[in-house]
Amino acid sequence: MNLVTYHNVTKRYGSKTALDQVSFQITKGKIIGLLGPNGSGKSTIIKLMNGLIVPTSGEVLVHGEKPGIESKKVIAYLPERTYLNFDMTVKELITYFHDFYQDFDEELAYQLLGKLKIEAKDKLKTMSKGTKEKVQLILVMSRKADLYVLDEPIGGVDPAGRDYILDTILKNFNKEGSILISTHLIADVERILDEVIFINQGKIVLQKSTDEIRNQEGKSIDELFREEFKC
Amino acid sequence: MNWIFDNDKPIYKQLVEKLELAIITGKYQPDEKLPSVREFAMEMKVNPNTVQKALQELEQLGFIYTVRTNGKFVTHDKKLIVSYRNQLAKEKVTTFLEDIKLLGLTKEEILNYVKDGSELK
Repeated sequence: MNLVTYHNVTKRYGSKTALDQVSFQITKGKIIGLLGPNGSGKSTIIKLMNGLIVPTSGEVLVHGEKPGIESKKVIAYLPERTYLNFDMTVKELITYFHDFYQDFDEELAYQLLGKLKIEAKDKLKTMSKGTKEKVQLILVMSRKADLYVLDEPIGGVDPAGRDYILDTILKNFNKEGSILISTHLIADVERILDEVIFINQGKIVLQKSTDEIRNQEGKSIDELFREEFKC
Repeated sequence: MNWIFDNDKPIYKQLVEKLELAIITGKYQPDEKLPSVREFAMEMKVNPNTVQKALQELEQLGFIYTVRTNGKFVTHDKKLIVSYRNQLAKEKVTTFLEDIKLLGLTKEEILNYVKDGSELK
């Protein structure tokens, strides 16, 4: 069974159509890139999956059910903007996640944090923007979820930080789960993607395996994206 | 080993080529155990599914074999290794000849250049 199914999903905000008759599936054991220009509908897709908003028409299913309490147990979500309290220490954050999610692996979180040279008593607000992003990614990736949804996970970090984040994603990826990454920094992530979904003006324009695209087009995903979305 | 990939060609194919080269040059010895899919993926910073696909192709080509529950190993079929090396050498020479013919050199001149070039090292 598909992990996630979108069937003719339309989302309108007032008179503005954010998503227009969108259909796609996410299967198990894949890393998928959700790629599109700013304002194309990426975040709307992600919010629907996480049950933060509901479709105007059509159907969003996670494990065959509408998003709700059950889907939140199996989706680990890294939002584009943080919801964490910056006054909390790393230790408090880990306890918080542990209380919230049954599938949270405390030991794994400490192990991943160990490499960042930060201490359990450090408060989030004392960290650089890049380190904050890494800490949040670690919290999300330390769950044993069926689907990890990462909204712009590398937007705010330098190239070395990007490598660290991609390593962390790869290290925790397994056949049982899938990872959906939304980003516009395609060149940096395309090597780890199995599949891409291109979205533009609320419509899906392409869903294909990355190596199939490279084989058929003789182009990188980054190149194809630039051509497709040229202004 | 160098794990630089071109993003405009299928990564699994590049991986197959790199591993074939590692096997025919003896970087991986006959009957040597290869790193696991996960270890390869971390080292090369590519998707484990891509590694899996490349290893499957290498197995079909006969370059590696699987021992159940114990991982993947390099073939001990030396004939296969030698014949593949010869095939690769022929391909490289053909490409070289096609390129150098564009300069309008005679066969003799080409041979002299090759001789000079090999003496340089």
